[in-house]
Amino acid sequence: MLVFILRRFMQSLLVLLAVSLVVFFAVYAVGDPIELLVNAEASEADRLAMIKRLGLDLPIWQQYTSFLFRALKGDLGTSFVHGIPAIELIVQRIPATLELVLVAITLTIVVGIPLGLVAGLKNDKPTGRGLMAGSVLGFSLPNFWQGMVLILCFAVWLQWLPAAGRGDTVAVFGVPLSLLTADGWSHVMLPAVNLALANIALVLRLTATGVVDAKTQEYVKFARAKGLKPRRILTRHILRNILIPVVTVIGMEFGSLIAYSTITETVFAWPGMGKLLIDSIYQLDRPVVVAYVMLVTFIFVMINMLVDMLYAALDPRVQLQESE
Amino acid sequence: MGFRKTVLAVASGVVVSVGGAGVAQAQSLTIALAAEPTAADPHYHKMTANDAFSAHVYDSLVARNAKMELIPSLATSWKNLDDLTWEFKLRPGVKFSNGQPFTSKDVLFTICRTLHNETNVSESYTDTTKRITDVKTPDDLTVIIKTVAPLPLLPAEMARSLPILWSGIAQGGKLAFAPKTGCGVTGAWPTVTDFNTGKTAIGTGPFLMKSYVKGTGIQLERNEAYWGEKPHWKTVKMVPVPSAGPRLTGLLSGDYDVIENPAARDLTRVKDNAKFDFVATPSTRLVFLQPDIGRNPSPLVKAADGKNPLQDVRVRRAMNMAIDRKAIVQRIMDGMATPAYQYMPDGMFGALPQAPEIKFDPEGAKKLLAEAGYPNGFELTLSSTNDRYVNDAQVAQSVAQYFTRIGIKTNVDAMTASIYFPKRAKREFSLPMGGWPAETGEASALFQLWVASLDAPKGQGTSNYGANYNPEFDKLYLPAADTVDPAKRKAGLEAATKFALDNVALIPLHFESSIWAFKKGLSYEGRRDQYTLATSVKAK
Repeated sequence: MLVFILRRFMQSLLVLLAVSLVVFFAVYAVGDPIELLVNAEASEADRLAMIKRLGLDLPIWQQYTSFLFRALKGDLGTSFVHGIPAIELIVQRIPATLELVLVAITLTIVVGIPLGLVAGLKNDKPTGRGLMAGSVLGFSLPNFWQGMVLILCFAVWLQWLPAAGRGDTVAVFGVPLSLLTADGWSHVMLPAVNLALANIALVLRLTATGVVDAKTQEYVKFARAKGLKPRRILTRHILRNILIPVVTVIGMEFGSLIAYSTITETVFAWPGMGKLLIDSIYQLDRPVVVAYVMLVTFIFVMINMLVDMLYAALDPRVQLQESE
Repeated sequence: MGFRKTVLAVASGVVVSVGGAGVAQAQSLTIALAAEPTAADPHYHKMTANDAFSAHVYDSLVARNAKMELIPSLATSWKNLDDLTWEFKLRPGVKFSNGQPFTSKDVLFTICRTLHNETNVSESYTDTTKRITDVKTPDDLTVIIKTVAPLPLLPAEMARSLPILWSGIAQGGKLAFAPKTGCGVTGAWPTVTDFNTGKTAIGTGPFLMKSYVKGTGIQLERNEAYWGEKPHWKTVKMVPVPSAGPRLTGLLSGDYDVIENPAARDLTRVKDNAKFDFVATPSTRLVFLQPDIGRNPSPLVKAADGKNPLQDVRVRRAMNMAIDRKAIVQRIMDGMATPAYQYMPDGMFGALPQAPEIKFDPEGAKKLLAEAGYPNGFELTLSSTNDRYVNDAQVAQSVAQYFTRIGIKTNVDAMTASIYFPKRAKREFSLPMGGWPAETGEASALFQLWVASLDAPKGQGTSNYGANYNPEFDKLYLPAADTVDPAKRKAGLEAATKFALDNVALIPLHFESSIWAFKKGLSYEGRRDQYTLATSVKAK
């Protein structure tokens, strides 16, 4: 186990290095942030002073090496636009995104898996067929369109829920959380549903096909022949076996939701990391974009590691050491 | 659709209480901003969003009304003692939000702070203060400012870029104007973070800053001890919602009371709805084309004779006449703009009181082209942004069609602002589109940067990308710009305006309108400077 974690850790470092290289050069090749930042009224001297201050007068490889040295000390650069450390800017946005993603993932699990079981067990009845057909809509309709329809129905016509933004927050250990207020819940509901819909559909289908598959397996028939209660068969035998792909997908989705909830955050003006990324790209706020990608890469690597460990817990046959 | 029903049932089941979400209580106001202030530091980055926000928490010596006329604020009066010396008399009895009295010392400190501002973006607040050679404070309510050269715009600049801070936010002994040595400040100068966290956010303005969270919003509270007219609103929330769609739906669903700049094409949703209202105010932001006059040949112009036709004033006049500005305003801008026949709205300081209309005359334009030696026209590319000005790409398309109609075959190359501006600065274009607000409220704002000949150290002509350096224009404009006497200055600027128009230095298209939409029962006094101010929102 320890060897596995260490080896994974070394691999992650290499991945991070490669990503930083690619992203840095890609982002630094586009546009000229000075043009967006400097006032047209500024004199040439001010302009040059600013270029120097941001370090943009150095050749790009030198900019990269100095970035790398600072990164090793934990400094991922300072936002051009906001003048505060890029990482601080991103960290400020993490609670909002995590809230949204956690609610969406919870919805995915509590709605997706049970419905998938129902669809799988009743796969030859109208209920099951209906669920499977409905789920196709869930991931085939574009995400932003779903979001707009949700806003139209629940915010504009019915006026049940607010259309945009994050609700009132309460500071817990200095972290502003909106899930502790009614206003916060009312704000998070629509974007979370928007984010969850496609995933619910995905998990539902995965679970359903797994159940259909498992129903006819020898071990299930044997369990039934032994006279076990259907409920026990479902939870102990079928679920355990079909959850492996589901866990994988939920893990991967969790990562991509954190990193790329951009569309939903934009549609609902949710002040999370995804929106920060988009804004920073538009404003050519290079340090923020680079820091963001680095952070997201790190999160992905971590999640993959966790998923692998969960595998081992779910299936004793999975070995964490790579076979020689 | 059992699946969907289930999801929605779950969704509505979880919601505990929704009442009260975004319903405007009589005393609280929620405003959705199109652009978010990038910092809460009033000397951080000169942008409309930042300056509008600063005006809630801080006062300046001079203020501007909705028409951009200068009005007294922390200074009750100001006058020239001579060409280089100004005297400001300060308002007595004003207190900062921490209860400390406002005195001339705070003005001196603020001027010094702009010159010791390590954490700001681009020195944008030193344009004026670095030309100050001395600040004297003979008593608590008098400030005497000396400048290196005549600065007729000093009061206007005071209104726009010198929000006054409390001198106690940095430790120091006796203050005196000595920027090189720190003016007598011994402690650390405040940083952008100090203002963001609220630690040093101490002003005399109508509101107090309760919190500023990037991306989430700003919360303000009424300053009960405000010296001026007390705002109607006890609490104000400003939420950044950069996309126009969500901003409007937020208004329609009742989350916001006032929104900035809804998309003009969506305004019917507000017009046809008895519960909402809007106001559209012409701003000073001019959208124009900038012909490349300085080069022969020009990179994106193809003419049969291999020359650059844009250098011929007759060609520029033909292009001027070829555009149907009224149609563009009606059809592309949905009426939310004003056709521009000069470089500033009629009647503003230094503009013509009433500019003659540039008639739409394609036939006359063709004749002029033939006269200039291009009976069969020529080919060029019009470059523009597609995400900076209102409907910029569509405006570029329609202008290109008008040009094509008179024989100038025009292609359009529209791109995102972050790509466009650097290219324009490198002079890769022959006919770029630009936009510029006259932020000082007079004609010099545009001329100084876009029309005057290049003199980079003086901050002059730095946006003259067409390199249209015209000594005759300079002879008219430069002396006027340094004239302190208002009447002489006005006459000089008007003469410069007339010359630039005749010479077609820039091809004006229209002035954008700023739009605010709000709930019925409120009113908003639309401002020429495009500021969104909670103090301008009144309850009927």
